Amino acid sequence: MELSDSYLERYSRHILLHDVGVEGQEKLSAAKVLILGAGGLGAPVALYLAAAGVGTIGILDHDLVELSNLQRQVVHFTRDIGAPKVDSARQKMLAINPELIVKTYQDYLCAANIREVIDGYDFVVDGVDNFPTKFLINDACVMAGIPFSHGGILRFDGQTMTVVPGRSACYRCVFRTPPPSDAVPTCSQAGVLGAIAGMLGTIQATEVLKYITGVGDLLTDTLLSFNAKAMTFRRVAIKRQPACPVCGERPTITKLVDAEQSVCDLKR
Amino acid sequence: MNIRVNGETQVLAEGSVTVARLLDIQQVESPDMVSVQRNGDFVERDNFGSTLLAENDEIEFLYFMGGGACGCLGVRC
Repeated sequence: MELSDSYLERYSRHILLHDVGVEGQEKLSAAKVLILGAGGLGAPVALYLAAAGVGTIGILDHDLVELSNLQRQVVHFTRDIGAPKVDSARQKMLAINPELIVKTYQDYLCAANIREVIDGYDFVVDGVDNFPTKFLINDACVMAGIPFSHGGILRFDGQTMTVVPGRSACYRCVFRTPPPSDAVPTCSQAGVLGAIAGMLGTIQATEVLKYITGVGDLLTDTLLSFNAKAMTFRRVAIKRQPACPVCGERPTITKLVDAEQSVCDLKR
Repeated sequence: MNIRVNGETQVLAEGSVTVARLLDIQQVESPDMVSVQRNGDFVERDNFGSTLLAENDEIEFLYFMGGGACGCLGVRC
């Protein structure tokens, strides 16, 4: 394919990188990445993947933009309050980079639809705030063999890990089952310092770009955590667990089920 | 007994300390929200009360962390 001058200019700072080059940029243009959640983590991921020229980006979120989102969900603006988050995100992504294909899913994610939603994507970004759904994303991606980035933030802390199914430890290797729901503080209860969504989300976006271009070493078999108060980062090595119920030697989780009664059930 | 917890040396005055006791000593508010690794291997939650720590153990507390978006979830948060 003949590359236009504007293509070469737009992506010149990528192309200048020896590890990326024109070849890497063309891989990004051909890539399909799905962002689950257009919130604190999904926002910076969406902006950076759009800017980077990831050719097809899917984004899923059921919610509408609310005033309390704007402190950290930087893809949404004050004028977007009341609009579907996926539409707000799509508009900004296309404003940055009109040549992208942005697919929107204004829906909940559940056992009944996740397989269909993730099908055909090269990489999935977990930007959801709820453990049953995080486990569902892990299980569905492991079963489908689709790599994904786990991300979580709370108060002043963040954690992330990249999972390449069949090659590296999965989320269930670290956290076997969702915690009891009464033990779980969420951002809406406990609060979160806005900018750490950007810290964590940009790490996730970087992992996507590394995976697609094949540059560097992924954050696999490693849980990276940071605490923004002390500004300390810590990497903990994780081994793939032979007893893991989804990616282990004898998987006991072989089909997808919702851990709790879900909105999807209630809708039916 | 000297052990390392999340990379930091801790001196335990007590002789026999289980993982459950360590969570208590470290004042972990919600043990349900922690996954524990001992010398690179995960300790099953059911075994927190029976797993005794040994000198120079490397312990990692790995916390559940959600965050991100609420509106894409199969369940309400």
